[in-house]
Amino acid sequence: MTATGLEAVRGATAPPPASDLMIQAVHLRKIFGPTSVLDDVSLELGAGHGVTLLGANGTGKTTLLRILATLVRPTGGSLRIAGVDAVKAPDTARGVIDLVGHGSWVYEDLTALENLRFWTTMGGHDAAPARLRTALESVELDTVADRRARTFSAGMKRRLALARVLLGRARLLLLDEPFTGLDRAGRKWLSEYLMSFKARGGAFVLATHSFDAGIGVADRVAILAGGRIALERPAAGLGLDDLRRLYDDLAMGAEAGS
Amino acid sequence: MAVRTLGWLAVLALVAGVATAFGYAPREVVQGNVQRIMYLHVPAVLTAYLAFGLVFLGSVGYLLTRRPGWDRLALAAAEPGVIFTGITIASGSIWGKPTWGTWWTWDARLTSTAVLFLVYVGYLLLRGMIDEPDRRARAAAVVGILGTANIPIVHFSVKWWRALHQPATILGPEPSPIAAPIALTLVVNWLAFTLLLLYLVAKRTEIARLEDLHAG
Amino acid sequence: MSAYMRRAWIVVWKDVLSERRSKESLNALVFFSILLLFVFQFALGPERARVEAALPGLLWLGFILAGLLAFGRTFLVERENDCWEGLVLSPGDKSAIYLGKLAGNVLLMAVVEAVLLVLFAVFFGLDFTGVLPALCLVLALGTLGLAAVGTLFGAITAQLRARELLFPVLLLPAVVPILLGAVSATQSVILGQPLAEAAAWLKLLAAADLIYLVVGVLTFEFVLEG
Repeated sequence: MTATGLEAVRGATAPPPASDLMIQAVHLRKIFGPTSVLDDVSLELGAGHGVTLLGANGTGKTTLLRILATLVRPTGGSLRIAGVDAVKAPDTARGVIDLVGHGSWVYEDLTALENLRFWTTMGGHDAAPARLRTALESVELDTVADRRARTFSAGMKRRLALARVLLGRARLLLLDEPFTGLDRAGRKWLSEYLMSFKARGGAFVLATHSFDAGIGVADRVAILAGGRIALERPAAGLGLDDLRRLYDDLAMGAEAGS
Repeated sequence: MAVRTLGWLAVLALVAGVATAFGYAPREVVQGNVQRIMYLHVPAVLTAYLAFGLVFLGSVGYLLTRRPGWDRLALAAAEPGVIFTGITIASGSIWGKPTWGTWWTWDARLTSTAVLFLVYVGYLLLRGMIDEPDRRARAAAVVGILGTANIPIVHFSVKWWRALHQPATILGPEPSPIAAPIALTLVVNWLAFTLLLLYLVAKRTEIARLEDLHAG
Repeated sequence: MSAYMRRAWIVVWKDVLSERRSKESLNALVFFSILLLFVFQFALGPERARVEAALPGLLWLGFILAGLLAFGRTFLVERENDCWEGLVLSPGDKSAIYLGKLAGNVLLMAVVEAVLLVLFAVFFGLDFTGVLPALCLVLALGTLGLAAVGTLFGAITAQLRARELLFPVLLLPAVVPILLGAVSATQSVILGQPLAEAAAWLKLLAAADLIYLVVGVLTFEFVLEG
């Protein structure tokens, strides 16, 4: 990723102090009205590492991700992002976070280039057209740079979101089902990008319910079931079948228990 | 315990208030006995303003600290505030009927109070439409803060608007000097209403706290 | 340009660009203004004197009704395109977004008000040319106040199911001073009175605008929070 050297453009909040631990989540709880979505989630993630969060739909993966993104306040527990208390000072923490969620933050009436220009400027980064086009090239959207996003497929919108990430300076990436809608080349690209992101000291949390794509890039795999992290294992040496079996057991157990 | 004492004090004060309003205060020469409604009208509006001041306090408190107690204060003060405002308008209207011949004229103070009423009814409606406690508290706080900041502006704009069309009305305590018995009666009733408001706010805050405990 | 102004500007740029492309809001609002004209005329009856007497009020009634539609939609595009969380996560002072949205709303209303003025002049045979500068001042002050509250409340109600019902209920009582001040000042200006006559009202409008803006700037971040 090109260095931008635009400290003057940074937002008014100073960057948080560098810390080895990008995420320190302790006993996170989230209750929506009568429903308890997250019961007791603790998670630690160091710089240069990635964790894949597995869980069926409805297990709270998205909620957990949104809490980590400081979009949702936890009902209980504490969360530190890059050493900053994310509940008390979410704005400071947001300086290092980028989210690729279900919604792709795409304005349909704007072109791909214009969308990037908007979000890059909002993020306080350099929005020079050349820079934006380079990012579009990386995700193979340069041919449609001047086409309105209304015509884009879901996969294209997802790639546009990834281009947006390229232009930012996030140190923590939160991705919700990022491989959906990407073809094989796209998946390869994303996996490579995440590896290089880690190599540069970044960290990521990748939430998915599909087993194949997310495992390769992660250092650890965590399974979310019953409102808590039911299992956490290093990804190395974890076979796909083992994982599937573990996952089914836990999912079944969680259902039986609830 | 303290709340219950407050409640009893309020009851005593209200009794005293009614007694002075009907027994002690003099009968007004021009308007007759209907003028006694002033002892309801004026304390009611003063208490309503106090209530909305508490709403403002609770709103700012919540936005600064995010502690639910502040939001409960805002809610607990808004409900009686709306009621006291309603009493103000109704009593003002009743007071005015013999004088003006109609139930309503766009008298400056009455109109300002009516606008205030609408603002805080909207506040309560908004609260009713948001389930999530934090979002509800934040949204209500912003509306509450704007509502309170608007009070002086509404007051002046309506006053000038009326001045264009009609001279000031005779509704309200007589200009100075106010006779001592009238002043005393007003103070007693005002005190009674204030005590009542504080009691209602304390009680409602407690109920809200229990509701939150139950729901969470 | 500071980072703050840059962000406020990019919000205006985006909204103007979107609106120019889709023309959704503008077309509907202009058409709505035309309809209002007919509705006013039918409601007041054929006597021209009646309409002329009510003119300042009708004008602002038209602006407020159009404003209810326009401001209520302020964050609609963010909701529809799932961009709200992007705004929440953007770094820095969120009030830049408020000011950007406010500027966009003021621009939109400026166009609608210009159209409505022209329509009034044509349909009711009025001549504003003599008083245009003074009239524009009143319109500017009034619209700023309406937009300041409208943008803030638009953000609050954006996430509610009952947004169409609640937005007018919240907005109308809050902008009573603007309505009173603007109508009185407009009346004075249209009668050809010197601006000094309306000075008190203009000062009231300016004071109201200032207070609403300050509240908006200070509290917007709390509204935007996820």
